[in-house]
Amino acid sequence: MTVGLFIPCYVDQFYPRVGIATLELLEKCGVQVIFPPAQTCCGQPMANAGFEYLSDGCNALFVKNFGECEYVVSPSGSCVLHVKDHLHVAGGDEKCEKIRSRIYELTEFLTDVLKLKSLEASFKHRVGLHQGCHGQRGLRLAQMSELVAPHFSKTEQLLALVDGLELVSLDRKDECCGFGGTFSISEEAVSVKMGKDRVADHQRHGAEYITGSDMSCLMHLEGILKRQQSPLKVVHIAEILNSSQ
Amino acid sequence: MTSGTKQKDHATLAGIFNDDEARVDWHDKTLWFVRHKRDLAARQLPEWEQLRNNASQIKNFVLSNLHELLLDFERNAIFNGAHVHWAETPEEHNDIVKNIIARHGVTKVVKSKSMLTEECHLNEHLEKNGIEVVDTDLGERIVQLANEPPSHIVLPCIHWKKEEIGELFHQHLGTPKGVSDPVVLTSAARQHLREQFMTSKAAITGGNFAVAETGEVVVCTNEGNADLGVQLADVHIVCIGIEKIIPARKDLAIFLRLLARSATGQPITTYSSHFRRPRAGQEMHIVLVDNGRSARLGSDDYRAGLKCIRCGACFNTCPVYRRSGGHSYHTAVAGPIGSILAPALDMKKYADLPFASTLCGSCSNVCPVKINIHEQLYKWRQDLVRNGHVPLSKRLGVGMMRIALSNVRVFRMGGWIVRRIMEHFPSILTGSFNPWSKQRELPAAPRQSFREWYKQNRAKK
Repeated sequence: MTVGLFIPCYVDQFYPRVGIATLELLEKCGVQVIFPPAQTCCGQPMANAGFEYLSDGCNALFVKNFGECEYVVSPSGSCVLHVKDHLHVAGGDEKCEKIRSRIYELTEFLTDVLKLKSLEASFKHRVGLHQGCHGQRGLRLAQMSELVAPHFSKTEQLLALVDGLELVSLDRKDECCGFGGTFSISEEAVSVKMGKDRVADHQRHGAEYITGSDMSCLMHLEGILKRQQSPLKVVHIAEILNSSQ
Repeated sequence: MTSGTKQKDHATLAGIFNDDEARVDWHDKTLWFVRHKRDLAARQLPEWEQLRNNASQIKNFVLSNLHELLLDFERNAIFNGAHVHWAETPEEHNDIVKNIIARHGVTKVVKSKSMLTEECHLNEHLEKNGIEVVDTDLGERIVQLANEPPSHIVLPCIHWKKEEIGELFHQHLGTPKGVSDPVVLTSAARQHLREQFMTSKAAITGGNFAVAETGEVVVCTNEGNADLGVQLADVHIVCIGIEKIIPARKDLAIFLRLLARSATGQPITTYSSHFRRPRAGQEMHIVLVDNGRSARLGSDDYRAGLKCIRCGACFNTCPVYRRSGGHSYHTAVAGPIGSILAPALDMKKYADLPFASTLCGSCSNVCPVKINIHEQLYKWRQDLVRNGHVPLSKRLGVGMMRIALSNVRVFRMGGWIVRRIMEHFPSILTGSFNPWSKQRELPAAPRQSFREWYKQNRAKK
């Protein structure tokens, strides 16, 4: 099985360790991974700001880089959702449709395609899970608290395989962290307040780490934690699943 | 808001609201409590999601057959003895209501809750014409005394603390200074409102549902204020949007179960009053209002907004609404649903609202009629940009983003430069021009990007 690895632009530049963990984890699972070198971004930063038409360059690059892949996997629910919902290029419907149906967020790829049942991973810490909204409500990686429906969580299912990890419960299981892309800038006050509240929920429950499947949420929360000089740290779920501490 | 001064946008008003963090915490917790009550109420019905599906499909049917259903409703209402009026614009609506009241020589009217009359700014119009309007819903009366618009469609004064209401009542209703006991305050309000009911010859109500099959209007309240007003008045005027039609009485079995649970977590509102015909000697008028609804019906992207039953569940769940307050939306219907309804009425004035969201999607999940609110927010953003309603600074910023992200060489080089700046001269990026850094740190810049690492460690393999 060959997988094209899509590393979101900001992860590539600011959180390479998340990309490395994703790559190593997939390799450990016996997957052959290629990283198409001319990739940049899914186009979401422009599109969510209302400028979807300016994501044409990103879309074209995406199709060029991933058009031939059997699967595309990315450690970001938000970017994957964007590609699934909005990838299109003029005259390239077939290729786009193929990518849109074969792109997976990392944890859903592990649970749904690889059907991972065991993992050699160890992370002896109290961890709170911030499931990003686009992964949860968009990709349905976990049941949503608003619905009257049975509980499931692909992310929790994977964290349960990790030796020594203690998952802490939160008061508000799936409250948004307030990142929201350009929202974090244009609505700074509300964005930060949401982030502070999200962080406080983890602090109240004695978490040592906040994890999640979207580094963008975690980047925002990390920014707040560092300003607060809090000992609470953020770690992407790929890093936990790939760890052996 | 005085006319002439520039309307502040949502971000600015939310910023002001956030100056008092303790108050934001209180506001957030109060509304989260309502959301939580809604969850508990919904979970008591194992068929909850089925109810939402049914409600959504009935509303889809209504929107597909609105013309016929409205004519059915009109015919049945006239048969019942009501007068039916059609208003295309808020101005027409306001004039119709004013003329009915004026014809009866009435100078005071009691009004139970109606977001439609807020949307049309009826109170101002009537008062300009010498007719006093007394809002009789307790929350509405409080904001009316304070000379404010409601901040929430179901909980109009949810932004007021009981101590503040005590002070307001002290000033307006003569309660002793310093009294904030809700029992005392509601009792004072009750006495005050009884007098208004007894002395008013005309009553205005909204309508939660207009039943086409029977020509009746259903009004849901917890205070019985609609009934008190209507039963004591010589004239009853119902102001209702054309989208509030439902086909048949039996549909109420679905909508009444969803409405109160979604709104406040109650199994049902205390009063679900069916107004079918005027009592002997009474006049009943029903004003059906369009105000842009027909135009929205023709829009594939935004039609579903007309399914809204005004339960307010999307307000309570919205993490942005809870932390920015209803007035930051500067429109009669605030919150996520208001953010997709308002731009249809005035794109320029409400261009900021679709951006007052993280697109988390919680609103669409609580919506009892399954409106795709967060998807419409995304669509509105595209339409607003296309029509030139976003600031130049944003256009330039996104334009630069496009250049940096559309070409891999530019991206690689740009990323490298930014990381070196972050490493050596971070203050260049963290100045006051960058809102990110006001209350957050930037990420630490790594030496290598992932692609640089990959080239070194994997590419050659």
